[in-house]
Amino acid sequence: MAAEVKPGSMSKTAPPVNSTPFLRVDDIYLRFGGLNALSGVSFDVQQGHIQAIIGPNGAGKTCILNCICRFYQPYRGTIYFQGVDLSKVATHRVAALGIARSFQNIELFKGMTVMDNIKLGHHVHMHSGFLSGGIYLGRAKSEEMRVRKEIEERIIDLLEIEAIRKKVVGTLPYGLQKRVELARALAMKPKLLLLDEPMAGMNLEETEDMARFILDVNQEWGVTVVLIEHDMGVVMDISDNVVVLDFGTKIAQDTPLEVSKNNHVIEAYLGSDAAAHSKLGL
Amino acid sequence: MPCGLFFSKYEKDDAIFKTVWLKCWMTVLVVLLLTFPLFSQKFSEMLGLNVTNLLNLIFVYIIGAHGLNLLTGYTGQISLGHGAFMGVGAYTTGILANAGWPFWLALPAGGVMTAAVGMLFGIPSLRLRGLYLAIATMAAQFILDYAMRNWTSLTGGSSGLIVPSASLFGFTFDSDQSFYYLALAFAIMATMYLKNLARTRTGRAFVAVRDRYLSAEVIGVNLFKYRLMSFGISSFMVGIAGGLWAYYITIISDEHFTMWLSVQYLAMIIVGGLGHVLGGIFGAVFFVVLPELLRLPAEAATAVYPNIFGIFASLREMVFGLIVIMFLIFEPDGLAARWHTVRNYWKLWPFSY
Ligand SMILES: Nc1ncnc2c1ncn2[C@@H]1O[C@H](COP(=O)(O)OP(=O)(O)OP(=O)(O)O)[C@@H](O)[C@H]1O
Ligand SMILES: [Mg+2]
Repeated sequence: MAAEVKPGSMSKTAPPVNSTPFLRVDDIYLRFGGLNALSGVSFDVQQGHIQAIIGPNGAGKTCILNCICRFYQPYRGTIYFQGVDLSKVATHRVAALGIARSFQNIELFKGMTVMDNIKLGHHVHMHSGFLSGGIYLGRAKSEEMRVRKEIEERIIDLLEIEAIRKKVVGTLPYGLQKRVELARALAMKPKLLLLDEPMAGMNLEETEDMARFILDVNQEWGVTVVLIEHDMGVVMDISDNVVVLDFGTKIAQDTPLEVSKNNHVIEAYLGSDAAAHSKLGL
Repeated sequence: MPCGLFFSKYEKDDAIFKTVWLKCWMTVLVVLLLTFPLFSQKFSEMLGLNVTNLLNLIFVYIIGAHGLNLLTGYTGQISLGHGAFMGVGAYTTGILANAGWPFWLALPAGGVMTAAVGMLFGIPSLRLRGLYLAIATMAAQFILDYAMRNWTSLTGGSSGLIVPSASLFGFTFDSDQSFYYLALAFAIMATMYLKNLARTRTGRAFVAVRDRYLSAEVIGVNLFKYRLMSFGISSFMVGIAGGLWAYYITIISDEHFTMWLSVQYLAMIIVGGLGHVLGGIFGAVFFVVLPELLRLPAEAATAVYPNIFGIFASLREMVFGLIVIMFLIFEPDGLAARWHTVRNYWKLWPFSY
C-alpha cells in the first residue's frame, strides 16, 4: 500500500505537498541499442494544467509517456508523480496511483463491447474477486450495477457515446474508437491523463469534439493532462504550457504563444521556410 | 433507495435470459433435464445405448471443459496438461474418500489439490506464450502421467484404485439415475460460475490479459496474478470433474488421464467455441455423443459382416476425425458462435418477422 500516496497523508519528513511538483520528469535518458531516444529530458507539469508535448516524428514524445507508464525503464534519471519515484512502482500499480493514458495506435480490447472496455477502466476501483464475481450475488452484483450507472452518467454522457455503448469496439470507425479509448482512461478516475495524439487522423469536427472533451475533463474534473499532438491549432488553443522535443532533447518549454515565436522551435519542428510560419499561424 | 429506478432498469438489462420466450425455452429445458431419468429407460432401449450414462459423462466433461475454456478461451493460455490435472483431482478425491473423508470434503479437497498443482505447472505461463506454453504444459502431462502410473503405493498404478460411490446426507449415488442428478447439479453450478465470472471484474481482466496485455497493465491489471489465478480456477474445475468421475466410475486407473484426454478437452472447447460459456457444453456433447452415434452403424454393419469388424471400427475413428476437421473448417468460431447467430434470428420467435 506504500504506493498509494494521498495528498496530505504524507509523513512530516516528506516535503509539503504543494511544493512538490505534480509530475516531475528529471533528467531522463533512454537508449535503444545505439539510438539515444531521450537524452537528459527534464520538465515539470503543474497540477491542473494541460501540458502539451510537441516535436517532429521520432523526437521521443511517445517514449516519455512509456517511461511514465513504466513500459520503458530510463537508464538514468527519475520521474516523480506527486513525490513518488515511479521507478519503484510496478507497471500495473501506476494505474492505482491515478495515471491513465491513451495510445497513439489504439489499444482497445477490440472483441469486447464499448461498455466492457470502459468497465475495464474501472478495474482498480472495483473489488469483486473470483469467488464473489462467480457467485454474482449481493456485493458483486450491486458493484456491477453501481459501476454501470456511474459510467453511464459520468462518462458516456460526457463523451456522447450513448448510441454505441453496446457495440463491439472492433466494428466502430476510427474516430469513435479514439473516443472510447478516452472513455476507458476516464473510467480510471485519473489525476493525470496522458494522451498520445488523440486527434490524429480525425476530421475537423471530430477534432473539435475531442478538444472540447479534453477541456471539459481538465476544467470540470480538474484532471491534469499531458497531451502529445501534431495539430498546432489545437495545441495553441487548449494547452497551458508546451514542451518541445527534438532528437530526444528538450529544446524549449514555454507558453504556447512564446513557443510559437521561438526560432529554435520553428527551425527544428517545421524547417525554416515560410510555409512553416504559416503553419504555426504566424 | 434514491437510485431505485435506475437500479431496476440496469438489473433487467443484466438478466441472462432477457425475453419471455427465452425464459420459456429455458424452463422447458430444465423440466426435461429434471424429469429425464423417468423415461430414460425407454429412451435407452429405443436407441440401444445407455443414455443416462452418456449424459453423466457429458456433465462431467462439461465441468472440465468449462475449466479449460476459462484458461484457454478467456485468458488465452493454452494447456495440454488438463487430462493429467483431471487425474490429479480423481486420485486425490479417491484416496481421500478411501481414507474415510465424506464426499462434501473429499471432492473440494481434490479440486484444491488440483488447483495447487495446476498453478505450479502454470508458473511458466508468466514467461511463455502460445506454442511454448503448450509444450511446457505438455511436460506437466507427462510428468503427472508418469507419477500416476509409477507411484503405485498411492495410485495403485495400472491395476487401478477402487473408489466408493458418493454419498451425501445418507443417500448413496450408486446408480446411473441417482448420479445423474449429482452430475447435473455440478454441471449447472460450473456453468453459472463461468457465466458470472465472465461478466464481472475478474472475467473481464482475463479477457484483457488475453487480448492486449500491455493495455491490460496500463489499466491496472496485474498480469502475473491473473495468469496464475486463471490456471488455479481452471485446474480446480477440472479437478472437480476428475473427482466426480472417480465417484462415478468407482475404479480409476492412469489410462483415463493420458495426453489423449488433454487433446480431447482442447478439441472440445475449440469445436464448441473458445471464450463462450456455451462452448464447453456443446463441445462435451459433441465429443461424447458423436462417437456413440458412429458406433451404432458400425455395429449394425458388423452384425451383417462379422468378419470385417476391424475395418468398421477403424472407419468409425476416421469418420470421427473427418467430422472434427470439417467443423474446424466450416465453423472455425465453434458451435457456440453459430448458435448465437441462429438464436439472434429466432430470438423473438414466434414473432420474428
Ligand atoms: N521499442 C523501441 N525499440 C527501438 N526503438 C524505439 C522503440 N520505441 C521508440 N524507439 C525509437 O525512439 C525514437 C523516439 O520514438 P517515439 O515513438 O518516442 O517518437 P515520437 O516522438 O512519439 O514520434 P511520432 O510523432 O512519430 O509518434 C524513434 O527513433 C523510435 O524509432
Ligand atoms: Mg509517438
